[in-house]
Amino acid sequence: MLKWIRPLLKNAFAWLLSIVVLIPFAVMLVNSLKTREESYSMTLKLPAVLQFQNYLTVIEQGNVIPSFFNSFMYASLSVVLVVLTCSMAAFVISRNDTRLNRFAYFFIIMGIVLPVNYVALMKVMQVTMLNNTRLGISLLYTAMNIPISLFITCSFIGSIPKDLDEAAIIDGCGPWSLFFRIIFPLLKPVAVTVGVLCFMASWNDFMMPLYYLNNSAKWPMSLTVYSFFGASMQAQRQWNLVCADIVLTSIPVIVVYLLGQKYIVSGITAGAVKG
Amino acid sequence: MNKSKIYPGYFLIGALAIYFVLLLLPSLVGIYYSFTDWNSFDPAIHFVGLANFKKVFSADELYGFYIWNTIKFTLFTTFLKTLIGFGAALLLIRNVKWINFHRMVMFSPQVLSFVIVGLIFRSLFNPTEGFINETLKLIGLGALGQNWLGDIKWAFSSIMAVDTWKGAGYLMVLFIAGLKSIPEMYYEAAEIDGANYFQKMAKVTLPLIMPVITITLVLNITYGLRVFDSVYVLTNGGPGFATGVLNTVVFKEFSKGTYAVGSALSTILFVFICTFCYFLIQAMNKKEVDY
Repeated sequence: MLKWIRPLLKNAFAWLLSIVVLIPFAVMLVNSLKTREESYSMTLKLPAVLQFQNYLTVIEQGNVIPSFFNSFMYASLSVVLVVLTCSMAAFVISRNDTRLNRFAYFFIIMGIVLPVNYVALMKVMQVTMLNNTRLGISLLYTAMNIPISLFITCSFIGSIPKDLDEAAIIDGCGPWSLFFRIIFPLLKPVAVTVGVLCFMASWNDFMMPLYYLNNSAKWPMSLTVYSFFGASMQAQRQWNLVCADIVLTSIPVIVVYLLGQKYIVSGITAGAVKG
Repeated sequence: MNKSKIYPGYFLIGALAIYFVLLLLPSLVGIYYSFTDWNSFDPAIHFVGLANFKKVFSADELYGFYIWNTIKFTLFTTFLKTLIGFGAALLLIRNVKWINFHRMVMFSPQVLSFVIVGLIFRSLFNPTEGFINETLKLIGLGALGQNWLGDIKWAFSSIMAVDTWKGAGYLMVLFIAGLKSIPEMYYEAAEIDGANYFQKMAKVTLPLIMPVITITLVLNITYGLRVFDSVYVLTNGGPGFATGVLNTVVFKEFSKGTYAVGSALSTILFVFICTFCYFLIQAMNKKEVDY
C-alpha cells in the first residue's frame, strides 16, 4: 500500500508547486490577448477572439523599443566591464597570495552584502559628472556586480594550472600577454557565467534609474513598464495592455534564462557548495 | 621569479576603483552627511551632531515603526523562503518524474525583475478585477476576497507572500546543490547503524549542509534589510504608511530633499548589516563540520 502512494504523493506535490508558480504567468498571457472589457475580470477564462493587436498597441504607446535598447546597452556595457575588471583582478589575487591582495579581495567581497547609501551616491554621481548619463548607469551596474563576480571568478581561476604561466614566461610573455593570450581564453566558462548573471541583474534593476535618471528617453524597460502600468491605472483601466506590456518586458530575460540556465545555476552555486 | 612583476598589482585597479567610488565611498561619505543638515533647500551644509539620529529614534516620529517593519519583513521572508526552499529541494532531489521541468519552473520567478513580479501581483491582487478575488467568486468563495494590498490588515502579508513566491526557488537550487554534495556512504553507514529518516536528517543532512544554510541566511537577511523594489512597486509603502520599510523611506526623504535624514537612515542600515554579518560569521564558524 505505502509502496505506490509515496511516489504518487511526491509527484502530486511537485505539480502543485509548479502550478502555483505558473498560474501568475498564465494569467498574464491569457489576459494580454483579451479585449479591454473582457480583461475587467482577470480570470483564466479564454478570450473569445485572440487580440494579438494588443501587442502592437503596447509597442506603439509604451515606449517599448527605445527602452529595450537602453536596457540592452546598460546591461551589455556593464557585462563587458565586469568580466574584464574581475578576471584581471581574480588572476592576480589567486596567483599572488600576498597580504595586500587578500585584503583587496575581502574588501571587494564585502560589497555582496553591504547596503548602498543612495543619497550620498547622488553627491558622488554629481561630482563625477555621471548623474543622469547613460555611462553613469552602466558604471553603477558594473560596481553593483563586481563583488559577486569577483567571488565567482576567484573560485574558478585556481583550476587553471600554474605550469601554463611558467611556460609562457619562459617563452617571453609579459603580464599583459600572459593574461590576455593564455589565461583569458581559458576563463571562457566562468566569463559566460559571470556575464549572464551580471546581464540579468542589470537588466532587472529598478532602483538606480529611479534615483539617477530623470530623463524618460534614457529609461530602461523596468522603468517604462512601471510608468505604463501607473498611467493605464489612472486612465481607463486597460488590463489587457498592461498584461501585454508585462509579457513583452519579460520575454528578453526569459530567453536569456532558457539559453543560459546551466551557467546561471553553476554561478549561484559556485562557492556555496564544496566540491 | 619575481611574483609581483608577473602578477602586477595594477591589474586590480579597475575593479577596485569602480567598486570603491560607486559603492563603498557613498556609504563612508554618507556617515559624514548623517551628522549634517544637508538638504535641497539650503546649499550651505552645517554640522548638527546627533540631531538626525535623535529624530530617527524619537518616539513621536514614525522611523522606529519603519525599522521594525524592515526587521519583521526580514525575519518572516527569511523563515518562509528557507522552509519552502528546503522542502522543495528535498522533494525535487530524486524520484520525481519531470524533475528538471519542475526545478526550472520553481527557479523561474528568480529571473524576473521585482518590477515585473510586483506588477503581475498588483494585477492578480486587484480587489474588483484581479484574478484572485474573481476566481474566489467563481468557486463560490467570494466572501473570502480581500483588498489584498489596500487593507492594512493584509498589505504587509501580501508583500511578504509575493517576495517568498519569487525567492524560494533560488534557495531550492542552492539546497539541491548542497544535498547532492553529501557523499552517499554516510547515509549507508547511518542505515547500517539503524537510523530512521529523522535521525538521518538530524545527524547527517543538517550538519553537512550547514555551510549552505549559513550562506542562505546571510543572503536572505541582508536582502531583507535592504528590500526596496517589492514594497515600492506593490504598495509604495501604503496604505497610509503601513508597509513602509527603511529603503522606501530613504527614497521618500530623497524625493522630499531632506538628504541628511535619508543618509542617517542608510548609515543605520549599514551599521546593522555590518554588525549582523560579524556576529553570524563568528557563530557559524564554531558550528560547521568538516568532512
